[in-house]
Amino acid sequence: MIDKLDAALRFHQEALNLRARRQEVLSANIANVDTPHYKARDFDFAASLSQAVERGRQAGSVALALTAGRHLAGQAVPAAAGELAYRVPAQASIDGNTVEMDLERVAFADNAVHYESSLTVLGGQIRTLLAAVQQ
Amino acid sequence: MPIASTPVSIFDIAGSAMTAQSQRMNVTASNLANADSTVGPDGLPYRARQVVFETAAAAGHDVGGVRVARVVEDPSPLRRVHDPKNPAADADGYVDLPNVNVVEEMVNMISASRSYQANVEVLNTAKTLMLKTLSVGQ
Repeated sequence: MIDKLDAALRFHQEALNLRARRQEVLSANIANVDTPHYKARDFDFAASLSQAVERGRQAGSVALALTAGRHLAGQAVPAAAGELAYRVPAQASIDGNTVEMDLERVAFADNAVHYESSLTVLGGQIRTLLAAVQQ
Repeated sequence: MPIASTPVSIFDIAGSAMTAQSQRMNVTASNLANADSTVGPDGLPYRARQVVFETAAAAGHDVGGVRVARVVEDPSPLRRVHDPKNPAADADGYVDLPNVNVVEEMVNMISASRSYQANVEVLNTAKTLMLKTLSVGQ
């Protein structure tokens, strides 16, 4: 029962995790806009999400060892952290910094809205499940 | 938005950037205030100072905030002005004035203030999202 619930919410859990992680990376870019030699980072959200969801379906990579018959099977999926890549700058500044403020802020705002919409959908899902339980 | 599970939270990152930018603003204010100080505490004319930023990533992490690595003195030559009436003038009537470039400092100040604003906005967005996350499912 619980694993069914988990499966129903798993996609949005992964999506929110990755969105939060991306928010951090983008905020680090914005914070380092004046740091010499800093290279802007980001990751491919779509690829990271599908990888995280699929890895979840493959029943994880870490399993609990069962040493007695009454042990419950358990699996842990390692936290999916997007592979960080470097942004290709359109105009690198002379001090080697590749942060482009306009681009970063657009990405940050976009990511925030996506995070929020994921939250809204997740909230709706939870409400639907609750309604079904309470019937 | 996870707070404790991640080694570096957005609050830390944006907060460190705000600290660093306000330090930069302090240095700029000091430079502008002393643009005409002929004698400092050491008896020499004031020299402009600049902050040096560096990324403050915890060991083993790719992303992180920013911190002021050190404050360096501007090595460029002092302004030499002929002003025999000045009590600090030398035998030839020349006075050494600080090497503060007021235009540069103003630009520096505007840049610091804009970066500070951007980070405040990041902080506000993160806070809003976190509060919404806390009320999910209600």
